[in-house]
Amino acid sequence: MMRQEYWTLMDPCCDYCLHSASNPCVKYVVCRVRGPFCHKSVMCRNRRQQRVKEVLYGPQGVRINVGASSCGLATGAEKVLEAVKDNLRSMGVEAEASAVGCLGLCFMEPFIEIRSEDGPSPIYGHVSPDNVGEIFAKYFEEGSVDGAFAIRRRTGRFKDEDKVPLLDELDVWRKQVKWVSRNCGVINPESIEEYIVSGGYEGLSRALMMKPEEVIEEIRLSGLRGRGGAGFPTWLKWKVCREQPSKEKYIICNADEGDPGAFMNRLLAESDPHRVLEGLIIAGYAIGASHGVIFVRAEKPLMAARLEKAVEDARKWGLLGENILGTGFNFDVRVMRSAGAFVCGEETAMIAAIEGRRAMPRQRPPYPASKGLWDKPTVVNNVETLAHVATIMAHGWQEFAKYGTERSRGTKMFCVTGGVKRTGAFEVPIGTTIRTLVCDIAGGPHEGRKIKAVQIGGPSGGCLPEKLFDLPIDYESLQEAGAIMGSGGLVVIDDSNCMVDVARYFTSFTLAESCGKCVPCRIGTKTLYDRLSAIVEGLGDPDDLRLLEEVGTTMKDAALCALGGTAPNPILSSLRYFKDEYEEHIVGKRCPAKVCSKLVTYDINRELCVKCGLCAKSCPANAIIKTDDGFFAVDQLKCIKCGTCFITCPRDAVEKR
Amino acid sequence: MNGERNSANLIESLQKLQERYGFLPKDALMELSKDGGAPLSRIFGVATFYHQFKLESPGKVLISVCMGTACHLRGNANNYEFLRRFLRIAPGKSVSDDGLFSLEKARCFGCCSLAPVVRVGDKLIGKATPRELQKIISQVRESILREEAVRGAGGDKT
Repeated sequence: MMRQEYWTLMDPCCDYCLHSASNPCVKYVVCRVRGPFCHKSVMCRNRRQQRVKEVLYGPQGVRINVGASSCGLATGAEKVLEAVKDNLRSMGVEAEASAVGCLGLCFMEPFIEIRSEDGPSPIYGHVSPDNVGEIFAKYFEEGSVDGAFAIRRRTGRFKDEDKVPLLDELDVWRKQVKWVSRNCGVINPESIEEYIVSGGYEGLSRALMMKPEEVIEEIRLSGLRGRGGAGFPTWLKWKVCREQPSKEKYIICNADEGDPGAFMNRLLAESDPHRVLEGLIIAGYAIGASHGVIFVRAEKPLMAARLEKAVEDARKWGLLGENILGTGFNFDVRVMRSAGAFVCGEETAMIAAIEGRRAMPRQRPPYPASKGLWDKPTVVNNVETLAHVATIMAHGWQEFAKYGTERSRGTKMFCVTGGVKRTGAFEVPIGTTIRTLVCDIAGGPHEGRKIKAVQIGGPSGGCLPEKLFDLPIDYESLQEAGAIMGSGGLVVIDDSNCMVDVARYFTSFTLAESCGKCVPCRIGTKTLYDRLSAIVEGLGDPDDLRLLEEVGTTMKDAALCALGGTAPNPILSSLRYFKDEYEEHIVGKRCPAKVCSKLVTYDINRELCVKCGLCAKSCPANAIIKTDDGFFAVDQLKCIKCGTCFITCPRDAVEKR
Repeated sequence: MNGERNSANLIESLQKLQERYGFLPKDALMELSKDGGAPLSRIFGVATFYHQFKLESPGKVLISVCMGTACHLRGNANNYEFLRRFLRIAPGKSVSDDGLFSLEKARCFGCCSLAPVVRVGDKLIGKATPRELQKIISQVRESILREEAVRGAGGDKT
C-alpha cells in the first residue's frame, strides 16, 4: 500500500466523516471542497478551505506549472521540470513545481506558468533548462514579468505588466471557448484532488441523484452529438441501449484516436483524464451498464497510463466499484491498450478487438446499441463526447447549448497543424468558420507562404480550398462541401505541398489500413493508390481521372464500413477543387509545387556550392560528376530523381526545378 | 467473467509475450496455443493483423518515423529514406546490418504540431532533420558500443 504522506481533501476531515469505498456517503464529492456537511465544525471547514488554496497555489503560495503531456515531453518538458526544481532550490525560492497537462498551444512548447493567488500568472513559451534561471530571476528578484508570452491578469504589482499581453486579449485565446478543455494545462492530471477542486465529479454526483432517463433527457436537451466524427445524437444511442431488455450492458470509451493530424483526445485524456472517466461512469449509469472499457490506441501510451491512474484513484475513493456514492449503482472500468490498427476506430471493429479477434468490422444493423460486445447491448462513445457529458452534467445543459449552431450545439476541439504559424489544439463553438480557426487563432500561413487548402477529418475527410474558408465548421456544411468534421483534425496545406501527393498519401494510409474484408475497399484502395502513384510519377493517363472518380464513388456506395466508405474523400474532394493540379501532372508532366520528385529536375547552384562533393558521393546512380573547374553537375540522363543529393547537401545548393 | 470472455485476453497475452521477448517467437506462440486453447492459426491471424506485433527479432533500438499527415507534409518521407541509407538497411529488411537499430514507419504519435517527428528509442524528436537525426543516432550508437565494451571488459575480468 502507498503511504499517505499528507492530508488531502479526499481524506476524512475528522472522525465524523465515515465515507469509504465500503461505506459510501452520497455527499462525498461536494463535501470535499465546500464541506463538511454532516457535522458543523469551523475547524474542519477551515482545514478544507486552507487545503483548497494549497492545491491551487501550492503550500507555499506559489506554484510553477510545467506542461508535460506527450507534446511537451517531446520538446523536453522533463528537463525543464528538473531545471525549475533546481533553480528554485538554488535561488532559495519557496514554491511548488508541478507537472500539468497541455494548454493546446503546442507552438510554444514547452511552457511554464507561475501561479500565485494575487499574481499575474505569467505564461512563458519555448522554455529550456537554460532560460529558466533568467525567467525566475526576473520574476522573483526583479518582480518583472518581462519575457512572458502572456499574463492571465493585470495586478499592477509587477513590473512590465503592460508590456505583456493579457492571455484573454490574444487572438489565439480570445476566440476560443474553453468548455471541455478548461482544465487542460491547468491541473495536475495525476491528482484526483485537483480535479475535485476544479469541480470534478460534481456532474456524477448530480447524475446519480437523477433517474437514468432524466440523465438521458438532460443530454437530449443539450443537443450533444458524437464528437468522434459521424455526429450521431448521443442521447439517442443511449436511449436505444437503455431500452434493450438485456440485463448485461457495456459502455466503451473510444480512445483509439488514429486519424493522423488529430490529437484532441490524447490531449484531453492526458491533461484531464478524470473528466473522461466521469463521463464514462455517467454514461454507464444512464444506459444501465455495470462494466466499461476504455480502448486506447497503442501509439499513445501516456494517455493509457494517465487513464489507468485515474481509474485506480477513482476506485480507491469509491467513485468506481460497488454502490457508488451510496446510490446502489455498481460500475467498474478496465483500460485496454489496442495493438494498433486504424480500423479499430470503427465501433464494430473495436468490439472485435476487445473480444480478442482481428479487428474487422461487420455489417450493421444490428447496431451495437442492441447487439455489441459479447452480443450484449453496447454503447461506444468517443473521449471528447464523454468529457462533454461530464461537463454538461456538472454545469447544466443550458450552459452547453448557449454555444454552437441550431443543429449542432456546443463546442468542439480542433487540432490545427501543417502550414500555419500557431499549431495546436483549440476549442471553438461549432459553426466557427474555417478562416477564424486557421487565420485568426492559428495565425495564418508561414512568412512567404500561401495557404492553398485545408484537409479536414483525416484520411476520411476532404480537402477544402481557400475560397471556401468562410464555411462554418459544422457536420452538415462540411459534408455538403465534400469533407467531414471527423474527429477534428485540420491539416493546413500551403503552396509548398502538392494536392495529388496529399491525395496519394491518404490513399497509401487507407490502403495499408484496409482490413480486407469487403471487396470495394480492398480492391478500391489498391486501384486508387496505383493510379495516383502513376500520376505522381508522370505516367498518368487522362482517363485516370474518370477512373478515380468512378472507383471512388463505388467505394462510397458499397464499402462495408466507414473506413472504406470515406477513404475516397480526399481524392474526390481534391478532384473537385484542384483538378488543374491533376491535369498539370498528367498532361504537362510537371508538379507545380515541386514535390513529386519524378517530375522535378535537380540542379546544382554554383553560387551556393562549396565543392564538398557529398552529393556525388551519395548519389546512388553516379549521376553527379565533377566538372573541370571543381564544381559538381547533375547528368540529367543518368539522374533517377531520387532526391538524395537534395537532402544530403549541407548548403542547400541542390535546387529543384 | 466467464470462459468465453477469456479469448479477450489473446491480444493482451500477445502484448505480454512481446514485452518479454521484444517480438513474438514461434515457439512462444505454439506454447500459447497449447495453454490457451486458441488454434495457432487464429493466434497467427491476430498477430499479423495488428501493427504492434512483430514476428522477427528487432534491433536494440527502435526508430519509428511518423507517417502522419503533418509529418508527411513536413518531409518525414525524406527523413525515412535518409535513415534507410544512413543505417544501411537492405531493401525488404527493417534491421540495420549491425543489428543495433530497427527502423519502422509509424502511425501518428499525436505530436503533429512538432512535425516532422521521429522516435529514437523512447525519445521523441520534434522538427527532425537528417542532420539532427544523424547526430542523435551517432550518439546513441556510440553509447551502446561503449556500454557493450564496458560489459565485455567487465566480463573478461571475472
